[in-house]
Amino acid sequence: MDKPFAITLDVGSSLANKTGSWRTNRPLYLDRLPPCNNACPAGENIQSWLYHAESGDYEQAWRTLTLDNPMPAVMGRVCYHPCETACNRAHLDQVVGINSVERFLGDQAIKRGWKFDKPTTSSGKHVLVVGAGPSGLSAAYHLARMGHRVTIHEAGPMSGGMMRFGIPKYRLPRDILEAEVQRILDLGVTLKLNTKIANIEETMKEGGFDAAFLAVGAHIAKRAYIPAGEAARLLDAMQVLRSMEGEEKPMLGRRVVVYGGGNTALDVARTAKRLGATEAIIVYRRTREKMPAHDFEVEEALQEGIMIKWLSTIKNMSDEGTLTVEKMELDEKGFPQPTGELETLEADSLVLALGQDVDLSLLKGVPGLEINDGVVQVSRNMMTGRDGLFAGGDMVPSERTVTVAIGHGKKAARNIDAWLRGATYEPPPKHELATFDKLNTWYYDDAPKTVQPTLDMIRRQSTFDEVVGGLDEGNALFEARRCLSCGNCFECDNCYGVCPDNAVIKLGPGKRFQFNLDYCKGCGICVSECPCGAIKMVPESI
Amino acid sequence: MTVTSIKFYQTGTHTVGNRLLDPSLRTVQADMRRTNSLNSGHRACQGCGEALGARYAIDAAMVATDNQLIAANATGCLEVFSTPYPETSWQIPWIHSLFGNTAAVATGIAAAMRVKGRPEVRVIAQGGDGGTTDIGFGCLSGMFERNDDVLYICYDNEAYMNTGVQRSSATPGAARTATTPAVGKEPGNVFGQGKNVPLIAMAHEIPYVATAIVSELRDLEAKVTRAMEFRGARYIHVFVPCPLGWGHASEDTIRIARLAKETGIFPVFAAEHGEVVGVSKIRTKLPVEEYLRPQKRFAHLFSPEPRPGAIARIQALADRNIRRFGLVDGGTL
Repeated sequence: MDKPFAITLDVGSSLANKTGSWRTNRPLYLDRLPPCNNACPAGENIQSWLYHAESGDYEQAWRTLTLDNPMPAVMGRVCYHPCETACNRAHLDQVVGINSVERFLGDQAIKRGWKFDKPTTSSGKHVLVVGAGPSGLSAAYHLARMGHRVTIHEAGPMSGGMMRFGIPKYRLPRDILEAEVQRILDLGVTLKLNTKIANIEETMKEGGFDAAFLAVGAHIAKRAYIPAGEAARLLDAMQVLRSMEGEEKPMLGRRVVVYGGGNTALDVARTAKRLGATEAIIVYRRTREKMPAHDFEVEEALQEGIMIKWLSTIKNMSDEGTLTVEKMELDEKGFPQPTGELETLEADSLVLALGQDVDLSLLKGVPGLEINDGVVQVSRNMMTGRDGLFAGGDMVPSERTVTVAIGHGKKAARNIDAWLRGATYEPPPKHELATFDKLNTWYYDDAPKTVQPTLDMIRRQSTFDEVVGGLDEGNALFEARRCLSCGNCFECDNCYGVCPDNAVIKLGPGKRFQFNLDYCKGCGICVSECPCGAIKMVPESI
Repeated sequence: MTVTSIKFYQTGTHTVGNRLLDPSLRTVQADMRRTNSLNSGHRACQGCGEALGARYAIDAAMVATDNQLIAANATGCLEVFSTPYPETSWQIPWIHSLFGNTAAVATGIAAAMRVKGRPEVRVIAQGGDGGTTDIGFGCLSGMFERNDDVLYICYDNEAYMNTGVQRSSATPGAARTATTPAVGKEPGNVFGQGKNVPLIAMAHEIPYVATAIVSELRDLEAKVTRAMEFRGARYIHVFVPCPLGWGHASEDTIRIARLAKETGIFPVFAAEHGEVVGVSKIRTKLPVEEYLRPQKRFAHLFSPEPRPGAIARIQALADRNIRRFGLVDGGTL
């Protein structure tokens, strides 16, 4: 009893008082699905690779990105970036320039010569990929990384598919494309060019393939019947864009009319302008709002001096090249109806850009296939009616973009891999969406989007130099750091700091946090003050 | 008031930490080795702003003094919830004074340290608004006028919360408390009473006076650190929302504090030797309704029928703060 006067108890710590018992709701760390990731047709984990880019670790960012998409330099140029359309930052100032950062990472990888990690295992299986377009290349890449042997059969003389034969150089320089294709081939993928498959069943049997992924694309131009004189110069868009890749550039003349309203029509008109056409006119039967082409491409085309005749159809073309054009008007359902009002238009050539069909000849005699509207039907796991035969890209029902095609390649590869092991691929369940209302935007500073430089107008009208420039290291970092990291902890320490009960345990850099439920009273401040919505309250079970 | 100029556009410097920021530039609270001077297991209500403010301030003071710190604590919530005999949540040398004499007790400790030749040991006195602005005010003013070497921190939750939410001289006009019920023609606390202790402290021309708020951690830590650079009497007045007494949701503690600042209700500034040397500007100016509406102590201003007169009076007080301290850039509203 050597305690001081009037003291009968030892000093105790309040740690004996487990205030966690007061709690009726408990906080829970979670990863929510960022809207960008949710919108990406290639299934990229955008928030995750931006997280690495934010710290300046571009290589890790690139490695994370290429887990899903092997072609970021291409994607950073040609993707229509639905991720940016979905970006939560739009509610604050402007969307994050995801596409421009992706391009920066892709260009860095080429500049610094980053390579993919070689597969560590070998399955002994051999997969045939038909078509070296985005979908085929993506599937080949993923299959190779999973340890399968892959051979690509490409009917054309060069790889790239629509990325080469459908997208003009001013949007996608060819050295970029070739560098990214080569990196996939360096994984050990065999590419056989000029190898058109006549019959898929025979080729599979002869080559001893265990499975096949078809991605032949849609290369056959759709025709519309337009009465034309014999001397009239009538071409299709595919012809024009394809011949741009050869020695002989197409002869289009000084006045070029393009018929159609998709991105291809714009590509052709802009190409014609660069080839020296004084007038490049697009004739489209509906209005700008109804045009399937993307708005920024329309905008860029208009800037370059492309003219567009809205609400017009072409009736016929004479030997001298006079087009008869009929004005249209939209009915109450939004369909164009003829008005009978005619006018004429002089043209040295008329290019039809009315969409493309799939060449399905290689599928003759394959049992169990279902073909609707000229495209092959596939199941949820990308398999056709024939066991072991998978298909993707433009030849299956989908939106026809490079990004969707790359996504198909990944999805098909996962399913082929599972199928080869006698299993079924089950995608992991999706996290709940990180909507804007889940964020506490007080913590984010205003920082408007970095605008990418664009090429001088005169060079855009006369050369095939790339129109949109890239970011440099400084502004790419700035742009990456604009990411709000929606729904995913970025270790801002807010929860650790704001807990009045010290009930958040900081686990250290990269390890995030943990709740100490012995003392957490369930006040919910951490949830309110988490900037990115990576914590939620759930009722305690009684 | 040093707020780092490094900007990270993802989160600016508004968050507690930032993995992209050099560790030496992060807050004390972001540090895994912070002292947690006020430890877990204390019996403050869920979402207590005072518990949060006290840990912020004392942890920062511990760093600033190299852990050579003694605190005297007035009676009040902070003392009651942290030290029910024989348990204590304090991980620093800590003494409970009477309700009204904390400033004097701290002065005594400082004198003892001087006599013992231990000038490195620094002394803090702390209490709530009741123990500071009402009961302990005589001792506090004495400590100021003698310029005793003590940092006094007042955690202001605008009423006597510990004893059941009675009005103090820091309770704002129109607020409902147990002793200013929301009845009669002018429900709640009367306007035109009470006192502004930070301004009174400044009138003593002591070396350092500052106000701070739990929603601005960096600012709060910078002020405690700055206060420790002075010898003599110093005073920091920390605005700490009280979910129980104010009737707001426990998860809203920091939000309410932020709204108090953004509306101009609570000016955040620092003064040295009687003159204001810095203010924390309003980022986005908001009307006072935004601050009043989530709090049940002001519910009678909105229902059963709205009381635009009372709201306008509160708005006028906020606008006066904005003018007086230049809380909005450009000076205009």
